[in-house]
Amino acid sequence: MSVAHSGSADARRSGQFVGVIFVFIVLLVIAAVIGHLTLPGLAPVWHFLGAHPILNALVKAVVYVSFIALLVLFLIWWERKFAGWLQARLGPKHVGPQGMLQTLADALKLITKEDITPAVADRPLFYLAPFVVFVPTVLTFMVLPLGPHWIAQDLNVALLYVIAISSMTATGIMAAGWGSNNKYSLLGGVRAVAQLLSYEVPMVMAVLSVVTFVGGLSMRHIIDYQAQNGWLILKWPLIPAFLIFLIAALAELNRTPFDLPEAESELVSGFHTEYSGMRFAFFFLAEFANNFFSAGFAVALFFGGYLGPILPGIVWFILKTFVLITLMMWIRWTVPRLRIDQMMGLCWKLLVPLSLVVFILAAAWASR
Amino acid sequence: MAGLLTIFVFTLVGAAFVAVNLLIARFLRPSVPTTEKETTYECGPLPFGDAWRQFNMHYYLIGLLFVIFDVEAVFLYPWALAFKQTGAYAVAEMIIFIGLLAVGWAYAWRRGALEWQ
Repeated sequence: MSVAHSGSADARRSGQFVGVIFVFIVLLVIAAVIGHLTLPGLAPVWHFLGAHPILNALVKAVVYVSFIALLVLFLIWWERKFAGWLQARLGPKHVGPQGMLQTLADALKLITKEDITPAVADRPLFYLAPFVVFVPTVLTFMVLPLGPHWIAQDLNVALLYVIAISSMTATGIMAAGWGSNNKYSLLGGVRAVAQLLSYEVPMVMAVLSVVTFVGGLSMRHIIDYQAQNGWLILKWPLIPAFLIFLIAALAELNRTPFDLPEAESELVSGFHTEYSGMRFAFFFLAEFANNFFSAGFAVALFFGGYLGPILPGIVWFILKTFVLITLMMWIRWTVPRLRIDQMMGLCWKLLVPLSLVVFILAAAWASR
Repeated sequence: MAGLLTIFVFTLVGAAFVAVNLLIARFLRPSVPTTEKETTYECGPLPFGDAWRQFNMHYYLIGLLFVIFDVEAVFLYPWALAFKQTGAYAVAEMIIFIGLLAVGWAYAWRRGALEWQ
């Protein structure tokens, strides 16, 4: 009987798999259509907006923030679905097609939840922390090249800007940990800062290895270089650079092999233990948006960004990014958490010297 | 300048998004604070004292090491943009620079700054 039962569960799972892939394809087609249609059709609008710099920036910012919110709704659903498959269960399936609206329902629930502030908290810091965590995320999306015409604002120092802005999240996490006046939160906060600082070093060196090839810091430079010379991952010194980048990105995102700042079994929930309702939601919004950004940044640096045949650029970009995100989720749901001394040792004793060696190799290779 | 303006506007809109959502939530959510609810969570028992104490010295060491390596990165970024014009000479100089840094790093390891206990 149990055999027959598990057989039908398997069938249900594979049916779900087909359904989810179908939903994914439909979304991609919609993205492709939007990518194709809006750009020429809206030319007069862009022209008008382009003439007014503040208005132009304002529209872009609103579009990007909405994009981030929608994206995170989708990403959380995808993560739960994917985790479901890895653990041989179904994941969300009741709200909306294939459970897609589950995250929306969760968001509605969170917005109506009571917002509890501990009596002993440092209120200014406690209230400020969600802002300090979320705003840098929006700022990093600004330089992400989603497609040939889809980049909010390219900067001539885009790479340096990304590294500087994305590490500002550490300040917000520390503010959350300290402001909560909870021992678990404080421990989570200081752990998060130590981890972010440590893994910043190999990440910076991995990005620097890319710069030695490209000779420019703007996103346009990087994509143009790859349009002429092929994907940067195909240059052999950059393969270890990509692996270092991936590990460092996982650590910066506090994802599972490195999720010590929010380790449930040790620290309750780490730096956001005392947060509830919408304030709590913003930590998660920022975390998932950062996940997309890190994957997208890696795609732009190593995998040719939006370059690809036939399909429009934005579809290629989103496809590649989702492959990488899914890889990160796979790692998250497969690998157990490291101990803190292992994590720090991995960074300072292995990744830092390795990234220096990779950087020297890349520089030597690029200067031939 | 366009870049700075966009950064400024994105900061404002990002902050406004958080603020508006929190404001909407303020009108939708209940608010019935009680003394028990407002204590910090320590898995059940009543918390004693506050959390603002000294923490592990190692975080300070990690901070110092990070500053050293980050300053190094700040030096290397302009170098990485310009080294192709000067060729092998620039690469040799950079290897000496990183070598010096590696000596410092090895010293830190030898003195146990990288061990976590």
